[in-house]
Amino acid sequence: MSSGSWPLWEVFVRARRGLSHVHAGSLHAPDREMALRNARDVYTRRQEGVSIWVVASEDITASSPDERDSFFDPAADKVYRHPTFYDVPEDVEYL
Amino acid sequence: MTEQHTTETVGADPGRVADPAFDYLLGLGDDALIYAQRLGEWLTHAPQIEEDMALGNVALDLIGQARALLTHAGEVEGPDPVRDEDDLAMLRHEREFRNVQLVEQPRGDFAHEMARLLWFSTYQRALYSALLTSTDETLAGVAAKAVKEVDYHRDHATQWVLRLGDGTEESHDRMQAALVAVHPYVAELGEDHGAARWAAEHGVGVLPSSLIDAVNASVAGVLEQATLSMPDAPRWHARGGRAGVHSEVMGYLLAEMQHLHRSHPGARW
Repeated sequence: MSSGSWPLWEVFVRARRGLSHVHAGSLHAPDREMALRNARDVYTRRQEGVSIWVVASEDITASSPDERDSFFDPAADKVYRHPTFYDVPEDVEYL
Repeated sequence: MTEQHTTETVGADPGRVADPAFDYLLGLGDDALIYAQRLGEWLTHAPQIEEDMALGNVALDLIGQARALLTHAGEVEGPDPVRDEDDLAMLRHEREFRNVQLVEQPRGDFAHEMARLLWFSTYQRALYSALLTSTDETLAGVAAKAVKEVDYHRDHATQWVLRLGDGTEESHDRMQAALVAVHPYVAELGEDHGAARWAAEHGVGVLPSSLIDAVNASVAGVLEQATLSMPDAPRWHARGGRAGVHSEVMGYLLAEMQHLHRSHPGARW
């Protein structure tokens, strides 16, 4: 079996309860159940996690580095999108 | 081998007094140790690096079980002087090992290994589940940790047997051929031997014959789901491992496993 014949999977591991799943890496596996087991063996063998997600790499739609300027730069000067931009009047309750 | 292969010496440990408590623990520990040695051979030889990791993890789980069991065996054997895990693993001769012949067999192809792992881990799961209530508290403790490990080993083997059996025509045929090849080594897992009878009588252990039917039924369930068939009863089956009688390959395995320790006693890194 050649190494190119198994699809690639992205692995997300939650380190402990209350945290989000974080991308840990990728691996090859013939199907989703085996991908989950391989992820257990490759990425949690030193007690790194309590929960694993695997996603077929081809199912992930990713932003392109070419689009970086149009995607992300316009947010740089929108300081009013941060709550710290606003002064909260002292007599406003429940805020 | 310089030992005489007469009926009088078969099963005898030269120079050591038979002690069933020690012998029973050796059987458990040696199964894990020798199978770990075989599984370690898969590193860099499995179909994918991910499978290298999986089988390496299984082997390390088994090494951990072997360490605990052999250490305990040495304590049970008693003083004058106490043999530790390394003494028992690295300085015993072939005829002093108590593992079944199943675990010492050469690794064969990947289907052979999955057939062996499915049967052996199903057996270990039944065994360790029964040992949870052992009157030997150390053994019960080892079993409590190990039962979770072997549960995963069994799942891993099951997943692969399902995929190979219910995969392509070639994978199905090779998986079926592997089952036929491994099957003659299964019956020995269920054979009662002197140490096991002693252990069962004293609440320390369990009779292998009380486990094997459930083990075979569990494996049969996986095979059915995988569109495979349980092989017919073999005309020959392995026996004698619990008495120290091993197949030819065992000597080569021990030579590789033990040579470093024997060449450089106490070597560490």
